[in-house]
Amino acid sequence: MKRFSWFNATSLTLGFAFLYLPMVILVIYSFNESKLVTVWAGFSTKWYGELFQNDAFLDAAWVTIKVAVMSSTLATVLGTMAAIVLVRAGRFRGRTLFSGMIYAPLVMPEVITGLSLLLLFIGIGMDRGVFTIVLAHTTFAMCYVSVVVSSRLVSFDQSLEEAALDLGCSPFQAFRLVTLPIIAPSVISGWLLAFTLSLDDLVIASFASGPSATTLPMKIWSSVRLGVSPEINALSTLMIGVVAAGVITASLVSKRAATRQQREERAAARLA
Amino acid sequence: MRRFTLIAIPYAWLLALFLVPFLIVFKISLSDLAMAIPPYTPNLDLSTGWAGFKDFLSQLDFENFIWLTQDDLYWKAYLSSAKIAAISTILTIIVGFPIAYGMARAPEEWRATLLMLVILPFWTSFLIRVYSWMGILSQEGYLNQFLMSIGVISEPLIILNTNIAVYIGIVYTYLPFMILPIYAALEKLDESLLEAAEDLGCSRMSAFWLITVPLSKQGVIAGSFLVFIPTLGEFVIPSLLGGSKTLMIGKVLWEEFFSNRDWPVASAVAVVLLLILIIPIILFQRNEQKQREAEG
Repeated sequence: MKRFSWFNATSLTLGFAFLYLPMVILVIYSFNESKLVTVWAGFSTKWYGELFQNDAFLDAAWVTIKVAVMSSTLATVLGTMAAIVLVRAGRFRGRTLFSGMIYAPLVMPEVITGLSLLLLFIGIGMDRGVFTIVLAHTTFAMCYVSVVVSSRLVSFDQSLEEAALDLGCSPFQAFRLVTLPIIAPSVISGWLLAFTLSLDDLVIASFASGPSATTLPMKIWSSVRLGVSPEINALSTLMIGVVAAGVITASLVSKRAATRQQREERAAARLA
Repeated sequence: MRRFTLIAIPYAWLLALFLVPFLIVFKISLSDLAMAIPPYTPNLDLSTGWAGFKDFLSQLDFENFIWLTQDDLYWKAYLSSAKIAAISTILTIIVGFPIAYGMARAPEEWRATLLMLVILPFWTSFLIRVYSWMGILSQEGYLNQFLMSIGVISEPLIILNTNIAVYIGIVYTYLPFMILPIYAALEKLDESLLEAAEDLGCSRMSAFWLITVPLSKQGVIAGSFLVFIPTLGEFVIPSLLGGSKTLMIGKVLWEEFFSNRDWPVASAVAVVLLLILIIPIILFQRNEQKQREAEG
């Protein structure tokens, strides 16, 4: 049985303290009574109350969720298509350009992506708002989705699909009944990734949006620039809580699914 | 036919919303600033046919790029971004390596949990993670309160709005990008190699330097690119944690566009930034490919 050596235990403790302490402090001080954020004046939840009365924040949160749901769904469809093209379509004219356009946005600085999209929207005279943010987010998120999905497709046994075709499935049926269920976990994690990328994005949304739409990160940004505020601490705590709950649930669900699959495989092996 | 549709839809999307916008940036970087909407000239006017197109081409020039070399704000900003990105990359290695090492040497049943703990911050808002340091580093912040209460300092340290705060912010937010590839390299390392070295008379220290470090080199290189490339164009961290003296090109581009409303110069800044980034990106891809070949 292996144990932690003292050196490894220390470096892990210090490392994780560094990663988590700032957020822990943020959470604790969101319950601070005082308006002066760095001076503790007793426990209170009043900043949460103020947050829920602040319409600007609530509107921004609603816009952000709308944008994230639409863009991540679109990005998942387009990104999955792109992944199938990358892995399955073989050679076609312009393939190099295609894969270049899939990988380039992953390393492109956000300021450049944002600037270029804004100039496009202005160039074709499109009104900027929720719709343009959705277009912008879909474009960069679909690249992340296609990377996630294509890594699963590469290891996928193609003979399963061929068997379905031999047994009389149409290509679309074969995709829906055989391929999709097998790659589903990677499609779902692609969607989740696209969703969080969209929730999180400040720079691209600032460029792509007009006066009619403000997302939550844009709202946080404009108030954070003026300094630390107790309301933002409360909002951050809520966001950290939602993410932590989501990630922990997801990992428990996938762990359960893995054990179930193992059990079924074992049962199938016994039958055979 | 079906195959054509499958290729055409994502292809058209990327052409329209990735390639074309970039060509527009390139075109505007060759244009002149004008008091108009949109604030640049010339505009492509196809109503006069071919002559209009030729006229349009003849009005484009490299003036904005020459301007970038003449005003020292810009090349100083590029240099200082490169410097900040390089120093933070090194700091991230120094902080990240021991954590990755500790994870790879941890008992088997702990590793999945540790891995999840490293990935979890990825899912939390980047903006909030940067923001959380503002309360810690400010003059009356938690760090100064703590250090003064234990009597290490008598005057508060000024950290927020300096480059030190920018380094802390970058190391903090990009640390998982460094830990994960190093961990992946270290986890594959066969421990019997270390035992063999020790049997042959190596001290543990020299076994570490002669075996562990060279075998984790690929992970360190991959992590360095993953930190260096995005930090070069970083905007949020220098704006929130840095001061007026912190010069980074992402911030310059933003201000050129939103405050000065000089679109042609902002576009030229973007084009040059991209040209600078192409070098590390190509090196990174070569490195990845080499590694894949070595494994395959």
